[in-house]
Parts: sequence; C-alpha cells; structure tokens
Amino acid sequence: MHMAEKVAEIVFPAATTDVTPFEVHVPHAALDDLKKRLANARWPDKEPVTDWSQGVPLARIRALTDYWARDYDWRRAERALNALPQFRTALDGVGVYFIHARSKHERALPIVLTHGWPGSVFEFLEVIRPLTDPTAHGGTENDAFHVVVPALPGFGFSDKPAEKGWNVAHIANAWAVLMKRLGYERWVAQGGDWGAGVTTALGHIRPPGLAAIHLNWAFVFPEKIPTEGLSQDEQRAVDAEKIFRTQGAGYFLEQATRPQTIGTALADSPVGQAAWIYEKFNAWTDHDGDVESALTKDQMLDDISLYWLTNSAASSARIYWENSPSSYVGGKIDLPVGVSVFPREIFRAPRSWAEKDYSKLIYWNELPKGGHFAAFEQPAAFVRELRACFATIRV
Amino acid sequence: MNNDLQNRTGVGAPTISRRSFIGAAAATGVAGIVPAGLGSLSLEGSAMKAAQFVLPTATTDVKPFNVHVPQAALDDLKKRLANARWPDKEPVGDWSQGVPLAKAQALVEYWRTRYDWRRVESSLNALPQFRTQIDGLGIYFIHVRSKHENALPIIVTHGWPGSIIEFLQVIEPLADPTAHGGKAEEAFHVIIPSLPGFGFSDKPTEPGWCLPRIANAWAALMARLGYSHYVAQGGDWGAGVTSWMAKQHPSGLAAIHLNLPILFPPPPPPSGGYTAEEQAALAQLVRYGSDGSGYASIQGTRPQTLGYGLADSPVGQAMWIYEKFQAWSDNKGDPAEAISVDRMLDDISLYWLTDTAASSARLYYESFAKDFVRMPLEMPVAVSVFTGDLFVPPKVWGDRTYSKLFYWNEVPKGGHFAALEQPGLFVAELRKSFAEMR
Repeated sequence: MHMAEKVAEIVFPAATTDVTPFEVHVPHAALDDLKKRLANARWPDKEPVTDWSQGVPLARIRALTDYWARDYDWRRAERALNALPQFRTALDGVGVYFIHARSKHERALPIVLTHGWPGSVFEFLEVIRPLTDPTAHGGTENDAFHVVVPALPGFGFSDKPAEKGWNVAHIANAWAVLMKRLGYERWVAQGGDWGAGVTTALGHIRPPGLAAIHLNWAFVFPEKIPTEGLSQDEQRAVDAEKIFRTQGAGYFLEQATRPQTIGTALADSPVGQAAWIYEKFNAWTDHDGDVESALTKDQMLDDISLYWLTNSAASSARIYWENSPSSYVGGKIDLPVGVSVFPREIFRAPRSWAEKDYSKLIYWNELPKGGHFAAFEQPAAFVRELRACFATIRV
Repeated sequence: MNNDLQNRTGVGAPTISRRSFIGAAAATGVAGIVPAGLGSLSLEGSAMKAAQFVLPTATTDVKPFNVHVPQAALDDLKKRLANARWPDKEPVGDWSQGVPLAKAQALVEYWRTRYDWRRVESSLNALPQFRTQIDGLGIYFIHVRSKHENALPIIVTHGWPGSIIEFLQVIEPLADPTAHGGKAEEAFHVIIPSLPGFGFSDKPTEPGWCLPRIANAWAALMARLGYSHYVAQGGDWGAGVTSWMAKQHPSGLAAIHLNLPILFPPPPPPSGGYTAEEQAALAQLVRYGSDGSGYASIQGTRPQTLGYGLADSPVGQAMWIYEKFQAWSDNKGDPAEAISVDRMLDDISLYWLTDTAASSARLYYESFAKDFVRMPLEMPVAVSVFTGDLFVPPKVWGDRTYSKLFYWNEVPKGGHFAALEQPGLFVAELRKSFAEMR
C-alpha cells in the first residue's frame, strides 16, 4: 500500500526515475466521502425532452448513481488492478503509473497501449491476459505480447503535471523513454482516442525501437477535403465528423478552452463527474439503445470512480487544452501502420485516405461490432486485431 | 391611471416586510419561495428535505410575489461550500484555463463567511415583484411604475449569466429621474422579467422556449400590464429577445435599444473588402469562436449533462459564472474592478438558490445556433456599444442591418454587463436614445 491517507484525498508517493512497484488502495475515507456526496446530491429539473439529446436523462443518471452508492464495489476494481504488476516511474518530472504484464514467452512483442478520454487503464483489463498469455486464450505462442499500459499524465494514478506543455508529442517522447527504461529494444504501440493521438505522434517521432503502430481511431483527414468526388466512405467520414463537430463536441471545446472551470465543478460533484463520462459511454459505444448492452454498470463505474477518486477531471481535461487547436489531420507516417475500424466509432476512417497518409499500411480491417471504446467493448475482437496486425512485423 | 390598470399591474402593492409578507402569503395563498409540502409559516429554522423550494403556481392574473429563500437552503449552501473538494492548481499563471484555483477559493471563502443573501433579498422585496402565467409558464418580473404619468414603459431583458440583479441600480434612476439627475420627461415605467428557466420564472418542462417565443410572451406581458406604447431593451440573450420583438413588431412596441447588437455572423464584406475597423470586430468573433465559446457549445448541445455538476456544486456554479464576469466585464484582470464581489455573488446565488444551471443553459440549446443571429430589422433601433464588451461591432454593420438605426453611441467605459458595471452611463444612454420616441 503506497498511498498516504489525508482525509479523503489520495496522495501518490513521489516517483523517481526508478521503476517502483505500486498498488492501489483508496483510503476508506474517500469512499465514505463519495457515498455521502451521492446521498446529498442536489438535482436539476428533468430535461424537457424524452431522449439523450440534451445529455444524460435525469432518470438515467439517478439510476446509475443510486447503483454507485448502494451496489457498486470499488474494492473489486482495486483487487483487479492489484492482481496485475503496477509501477510508477518519473518521466520528464512527472510520475507515470503503468501496468506492466510480461509474457512468459521470451520472444513476445512488447506493446504500449494508450487510453484516451474519458477512458482509462480499465479499458484494457480484459485484454491484458489474452495478449500476454495467448496459448491460454485461443492463440499461439507467436501471438504473445509484453503489455505496458500507462495512465496518461493527469489521468488515474499518474501525476498531474504542474506545468503546461504535456501535449501528445511530449507524452509520446515520454512513452519512448518508458519503453527504453523497461529494457525494450523493439516494440509497438497502440491507441484510440487521445491514445491514438499519442500513438500517431510516436509514428511521427519514430523513436529508436518502435517497429509499428496500430490505431483503432485513425486520423487520416486530408489537409483540404475535396468538395466533390468523395467516395461513399469518405463522404460518410466527412458527414460524421461534421455531426460530431456541430452537435457532439461541446465537452471538447470547453475542455480545450477552460478545463479549470469545468474541472472545478466536476471535482466537487461525483454526480457531475459521472454524468460527464456516462454521456460519452452512451454516445460512443455500439449498443442496442441501452448503453448497458455494450458496457456493464460496473465497467462504467470502474472508470468513473477512477476519475472521481483520483480527482482528475480538471487534469484530464487539460489534454484538450494542451493540444488545441486539434484536428483530425494526422499527417503522413512512414512507419508500418495497422488500423482496425470499429463500426460505431465517432467517424470511421476511409481506407483511401489511410493509404495516402500511411506509406506502409500493413493491416486494415473493418469490424462488424464495437465502438469508440474498442478494447472495453469488444475485448476478444480487439485482441484478434492486434494479433493479426502485428503478426506481419514479428521477427 | 385607472383602477383597472392598477389592479392588473398590482401597482401600489405595498412594500411589506418579510415577516408580514409571510403572514399575508399564508392568508392569501400568494407564497414566496417555500419548501415543497411546507406551509410558509414553518420555513424558518427548518432543515427540510434538501432545502428545495417550489414556486407558487402562476395564473394569468398578475400576482404580487416576494422572495424568501428558506434558511435551510442557505445553510445547505454554506455546508456545501465548506465541504468543497478542489481540483489541482492550473498549470498556467493566468485565467487562460478558466478560473484560477486561488481566485476560486477566495471567492468561495467570501461567499461562505461574509456574503449576505438576505441583503439582496431585502432589495428585491423593496421592489414590486409579480408572477403571471404567459403561454403556460409562470414569469417573474419586477414592475416599477414612475410617478410621472407620461413615463415611457420599457421592458428590460437580461441574458446569461446575468439576471434581474444586473438592473437593480438602474431602476430608480429610470423610474424617478428628477431624483437622479434627470428630468420628468425622461421617466420610464420599468418592467424587468426573468427569462423562462431563469431566477424566479418557471422552468419550461417542454422544449420550444426559443427567442421568438419569449419575444411573443414579452409582448403579451406588456399588453397584460396595459401598455400600448412602449420600448424594449437588452444585451446578451436580452438583445436576442429584444431583436425578435422588433422583428415581430407587436402593436405598441415603438423602438428598441440594444447594448449588444446581434451583428453576427457579420454582414458580407463591401466590394473593397472589410475595413480595418471591421477586421478588428471579425477578429473578436474569431477569438470568441476558437477560445471563448466552450460554455456556449456545451450549453447549446448537452445542457442537461452540464447541469448535473452545476446543480450539485455551488463552487462549480460560481466558477461557471465568475469566469464570464472576468472575461466580459471592463477590467484589467480582476472582475471586482468592474463589479463588486457582492453583486457577482448576488447573481451567482440567484442561479444557485433557484437551481437554474440546467434550465438556463437550455436557452442555448433552444436558440444559440438558430435564432441568436443577425436579422435585418425595420423598426427603430438604438445601440449603445460598451467598448469593454467582448464584441464591439462597427456602426457600418448596424447601418447595413437596421434600416431605422436612430442612435449609435460608443461608451468608453463598461463591458458586457453594462447596467451592472456602469449604471449611470447605462441610464444616460437610455434617456438619450429614447428621448425622441416619447
């Protein structure tokens, strides 16, 4: 147990450039405080619509937070994390938390998996063992990975940067240092959402040792989108991006411009923090009308609890500020790139554009099911994608 | 004035003390703000059910209304403020990521230990306040009649994150000019409603309360008050409502005055291209779009989601508004240079105590993209641009948009919250601009 108890706050041990084992133990006072706040929640009036168009419906957030207060067990999530080897190490002055699960197969391919917002290391819990231990999970020894799953700076059990400048390129450089520090000389990287941003940056930086990348959200928009002659896939991507930008990016613009202001509200209200994230699970997963057909309440609340208990609403929102103005123009990458397109992604990258940006497109697959939180929603399919994609570059 | 008008407007309703009001309310059924299921007499000291309160049901009558926030709500507020959980400090040295932690903590400390809501409540209750049902919704308004019979009736509309609090200092100078450096011919009868979903107006339970609908409701209100020749004024959303009133041109409306003319998107460039002055205003719009409109974007798309955090956290609600006082008032870094901390907290407290974060944000959902845009207007329009505002359009845009632009003035001091920041100048602008409409 590595956390000092100071009322309901979690204080991380100071990280050094050593790789120090870390376990999660949230103080009981923090869990009590959470329940007290949930019991004492003050609610707005009911939305004047009958769907999610104005955000999370009142009845839905009340149901989720009732469950959070009464039935949800953070200690279960904590045990799941503590069953994995976890560490913290200082990268460029910031203590970075990561899960590091080595395969028993010596020739396994090291991979760094990067989450996004509002995801976390929890997205990957179900894929770690199938990746490290393929022979027990329908694969062969040749499919094995050594798995590194860091929490982004400002997220989860990583430190919150006290200085600005932690954009995706900065994070990518830190990841390269991390992989080197772990002794990996040839490795690959994977990500979606901001994890795709970091992974794309790695593709540009090409740190020594990085052999290939895989994205489950590829940013392949051209600098200038042609006004005519778009293929069906290209038009679909343009349309989806426009809907996102005009109707679904309020959280984005707020976090990109005033993360501290929104963070101050979400730091003080677990109901506010839950709604802020729950909305995105509903909007971005592949479900049948009920988000719980894609992710269980427990899964969503593991992730939401991690944000709440580590008080990282503001610090996580700052990744938008750091990278603003953002775009979906990822640019050309000459390193081998693999892409898996999940159907309920915010927008689906067209292969034609990927072929223009990625000179070595080693893998492309469009899946029948899954959304933005690919590993969280479809862990088995996600594992199959990584096995198939990186089979081509193993030595 | 005839008795009928007097009855309908409630003019002459005595200003009564809070306690005598409570007694009267119990007798007449005209309640202030009372906790759900409680008689108004049992309010004091009761720490009832989450300090919630319910507005009395409005009818099409114009009913006097007094404000009395239950003590339990004020106690609950202080408890929440004392129990605030804070984020880590911003990694920048200014307001560029939002309200700096130290500024937020200082404001909250003042709110918790020194601020007195009862002071502003007394100020409100010293004014004739009413609620009446229009288009199915209970609308709260202040209605101060001038003693000068020929006074010009004016309906003044606030915006977001403003409220009726913005106008408290201009009501008397407008209604009673001879006591405030003016002449009897400059007198106004003053009507100040709360927008639907704001303050002590009802929260709409159905979608559709967009700007044109509010403008219609305001015309109905003025007709109900017996006014057949009046003017309208507003900034921010109030300018949106006022512009729509001009567009709809209800009988009786003679002219409007805007302190934020809705001249966006801008008119197309003239043949020689935009002038330097126009370019400067365009740059303000671009900066607003890229750096200053996050709040509008989330309120315009997911007001309910945002509302959960702000309804549950007075700290969150305060910073959501405080940020805008800093960004939009005429100051050199500290909003208190432009607006006193007490006044800012009056406004913030009104949002908090009425639990209107979500319901006020919904106006963006209803109208921000659709109705809050430049519209050519054919009726007389006056504009006072306060140059500390976030958008200072050039007069030529007004000329190209308003066919009867009869007044345009740039006021060198004051910003977005003109009446709150510069009440004296605001009053002078209304007296000057409407002089010829009388």
